[in-house]
Amino acid sequence: MSATVSAGTTRGPGAADTRVDVRKTYKLYIGGKFPRSESGRSYEVVDHRGRFLANAAQGSRKDARDAVVAARAAFAGWAGSTAYNRGQVLYRVAEVMEGRRAQFVAEVRASEGLAERRAEAVVSQAIDRWVWYAGWADKLAQVLGGLNPVAGPYFDISAPEPTGVVGVLAPQGSSLLGLVSVVAPVVVSGNTVVVLTSEQRPLPAITLSEALATSDVPGGVVNLITGRTAEVAPWIASHRDVNAIDLAGAAAADGVSWGDLELAAAENLKRVVRPAGAGSDAVEPDWSRTPDLSRVTSFLETKTVWHPKGR
Amino acid sequence: MATFEYAPAPESRSVVDIRPSYGLFIDGAFTESQGGSAFKSVNPATEEVLAEVTAASEADVDRAVAAARRAYQGVWGRMSGTDRGKYLFRIARLLQERSREFAVLESIDNGKPIKESRDVDVPLAAAHFFYHAGWADKLEYAGLGTDPRPLGVVGQVIPWNFPLLMLAWKVAPALATGNTVVIKPAETTPLSALLFAEVLQQADLPPGVVNIVTGAGATGQAIVDHPDIDKLAFTGSTGVGKMIARSIAGTRKKATLELGGKAANIVFDDAPLDQAVEGIVNGIFFNQGHVCCAGSRLLVQESIAEEVERRLKRRLGTLRVGDPLDKNTDVGAINSQAQLQRITELTAAGEAEGAERWDNGCELPAKGFWFRPTVFTGVSQTHRIAQEEIFGPVLSVLTFRTPHEAVAKANNTPYGLSAGIWTEKGSRILWMADQLRAGVVWANTFNKFDPTSPFGGYKESGYGREGGRHGLYAYVATGDAK
Repeated sequence: MSATVSAGTTRGPGAADTRVDVRKTYKLYIGGKFPRSESGRSYEVVDHRGRFLANAAQGSRKDARDAVVAARAAFAGWAGSTAYNRGQVLYRVAEVMEGRRAQFVAEVRASEGLAERRAEAVVSQAIDRWVWYAGWADKLAQVLGGLNPVAGPYFDISAPEPTGVVGVLAPQGSSLLGLVSVVAPVVVSGNTVVVLTSEQRPLPAITLSEALATSDVPGGVVNLITGRTAEVAPWIASHRDVNAIDLAGAAAADGVSWGDLELAAAENLKRVVRPAGAGSDAVEPDWSRTPDLSRVTSFLETKTVWHPKGR
Repeated sequence: MATFEYAPAPESRSVVDIRPSYGLFIDGAFTESQGGSAFKSVNPATEEVLAEVTAASEADVDRAVAAARRAYQGVWGRMSGTDRGKYLFRIARLLQERSREFAVLESIDNGKPIKESRDVDVPLAAAHFFYHAGWADKLEYAGLGTDPRPLGVVGQVIPWNFPLLMLAWKVAPALATGNTVVIKPAETTPLSALLFAEVLQQADLPPGVVNIVTGAGATGQAIVDHPDIDKLAFTGSTGVGKMIARSIAGTRKKATLELGGKAANIVFDDAPLDQAVEGIVNGIFFNQGHVCCAGSRLLVQESIAEEVERRLKRRLGTLRVGDPLDKNTDVGAINSQAQLQRITELTAAGEAEGAERWDNGCELPAKGFWFRPTVFTGVSQTHRIAQEEIFGPVLSVLTFRTPHEAVAKANNTPYGLSAGIWTEKGSRILWMADQLRAGVVWANTFNKFDPTSPFGGYKESGYGREGGRHGLYAYVATGDAK
C-alpha cells in the first residue's frame, strides 16, 4: 500500500494488529527509467491538510535536459509506429490504470482533498480520457488530412504529422485528470513529451508513470519531472530541441509568468498553447468537460506531398 | 551550329497607369497620412522612381484598425456567408479582368519576369479569391470544430517576392471567414496592393473591411503591437517572425507565421535527369530565387553528381537574364539594392569558405540590380551558403550516397518549409516524404502552388498553414474558445 492510503493508520512499531508498511520512494520518470534527481534534491509533499505524504524528487535543469534528450531519442520510433499500434498502447494505459484505480483514488483524494465518490469519478474520467484519445490515433489522418483537388495533373495530399518533442506544464490543481488531459492529446499523434507535473500535487503523476512504464509505452515517449515549476519551466521553454509547449500548468503556479515562458519559446518558434483565461490571467479550466480536438491539432504539422500524374 | 537569337519581345507598359503619389487606403478611400513620411518605390530593373508612397505612422495604423473594427462590428462580421462569398467572387473576377494590368505592374515594381507574373502570380491570386469565396457560406462543413466564427480584426504583413499573390493568400481566407483586415505590403513592392484597392472599390466592398497601409518595418511593428488586433499573419524572414512571436508573447493575439526556408532538392541516381535538371532550375531560379521554399540546396547522389552538374551548367547557359517585361526573360532583376548586397555578401562567404563558384557568365544590364545565376559545388553542410537563406539565384550543391544520408542532410537545418525528391522509385518517394521534416514535399516536381493545397512550414519556418481547408483554421475560433 502506498503512504497515502496508510496515512492516519497506526504506525507504531510493534503494534500487534498492524504491519509496518513499505513506503514508496517517488522518483522522476525519464527515458523509461525512474531516476532520482541528478541534483540529489527532494521536497516535501503534503496532503490537502498539510500532513506529510512523501519526499518527491525536486527535478533540476539537468533533469529537464536529460528528459528532452530521452524524448528526442524516442521520437522517431514513436512517430514512426503505426497509428493502430499507438492506439493500442494508449488503450493499454487505460487498462493498467483501471487495475490500479484504488491507488489512484487514494492519491487523488490525498492530493486534492476530494471526497471518495468525487475522487472515484475523477479517476474514472482520467481512465476514460485515455480510451477516448486511444480511439483517435488511427482517425486523425483521415479527419484532418485529405486529397487536395489542385488545378493541374498532380496527386496532392495533406496529412498530419507530430510536431516533435513537446514540453507540458501539467495543471497545478487537477493532478491526475488534468495531467492525462494534457498528455494524451500530445502523444496520441506520435509526439514525445516532457511533463512538469503539478508542483504541490505530484504523486498521482509518478504513479501514472508506473502505469505508463508497464503499458508498452516506449521509454522516453513520456517523461515526468516533479519539482518547482518556476525553476524548471524556463529551461524547457527556452530549450532549442523542444518544438512546442503547453502552458496549461502556468495557472496558479508559484512564481510563473506564462508570458515570460512564451517569450522564451519564441527563440526557436515553438508552437505555444497558452493557458486558459483572459488577458494576462491564467485559469485552470474544468478538465471534466469533454475535450475537443484542439489540444491534438495544436501539436500537429500538416505535410503536403505533390506528385505529377502521367502515363 | 547556328543558334537562333531572340528578338526583344517586350510587354507594353501602356496598360498600367502609375500615379505620381499614393496615400493610404483606409475605410474605403485613399487618405492623407497623419504624421507619416513618404518613400519612393523603384523599378529594380532600371532604378527608375515609379511613385511616391506613404510610410504610415502609428496614428495611421490606429485609424486603419479603428476602421477595420467598425467594419467588423457593423457590417462584415454579421454579414451572411453567402454575401461575403459574393464579394470575394467579385474580387476574383475583377483580378481576372484586370490581369494584364496587374502582371505588368507587378513586373515593373518587383523585377520578376512578365511570364511569371502573367502565368503564376496573378492567376493564382485570382484563384485564391475564387477558392475562398466558396468557403464563406460553408465553414461549418470544413471540419474546423463546432460553431466556426471570425476572430475580429486581422493584421497582415507581407513580403516583396510575390506581392499580389501573398496579399491574396492573406486577404482571401480572412474575409471568407468574416474577419476584417489591415494589411501592409512590403516597402519595395507596394504598387500592386495599391492597385488592388481600386479593385475593392470596383467590387463595392464595404469600407473598412480591407485597409491597406504602406510603409516599412515601423509600420509593421505598429500593426503587430496594436492592442485592438486579434490576429496576425506574417510572411517574411524567420528573424522578423521571431520578433513578432516575442511581441505577442503574453497577449491573447493569435499568429500564423510563414517564414524562411533552406529546402533540399534531392536527386537520386535513378531520377529522369532531363526532368530533374528542369526541376532544379525551376526550384532555385524561379523568381530570381526570391522564394522562401526555393530548392536552394541540391542534394545529388554521388554516382551522378558530375553528370548532373554538367547538364545543369549547360542548361543555365541558356537562361535569359534581363528585362522583366520581355516575354522571353527567364530571370529578372533582384528586387532591391539591399537584397543584392545580401546575396553578394553570402556568395562571397561561400567562396571564402572554400566552395567552388560558377556562374553562367551572361551579360547584365548596366542599370538596375542584377545577379547571374550561380552554382556552388563542393559545398559542405557547415558552409553559410548551406545553412543560411540566400533568397537569390544561388544554388549550393552537396552530395550523398544513401537515402538515409540524404534525409539526415536534408533535415539538418532549423528550417522546414519544403523539400524535393527526384526518383523513379515509388516506394522511395513515399519513404522519403515521410522522413523529411518539411511542410511541402514536391516529388518529381517543384515549386507548385494551388489555393486548395496547404502551404507552410515545420520548425523555424513558422507555424500555421495557408491555403486549402487547413488555412481556414488560422482565421476562426471554434467551440467555447473566445
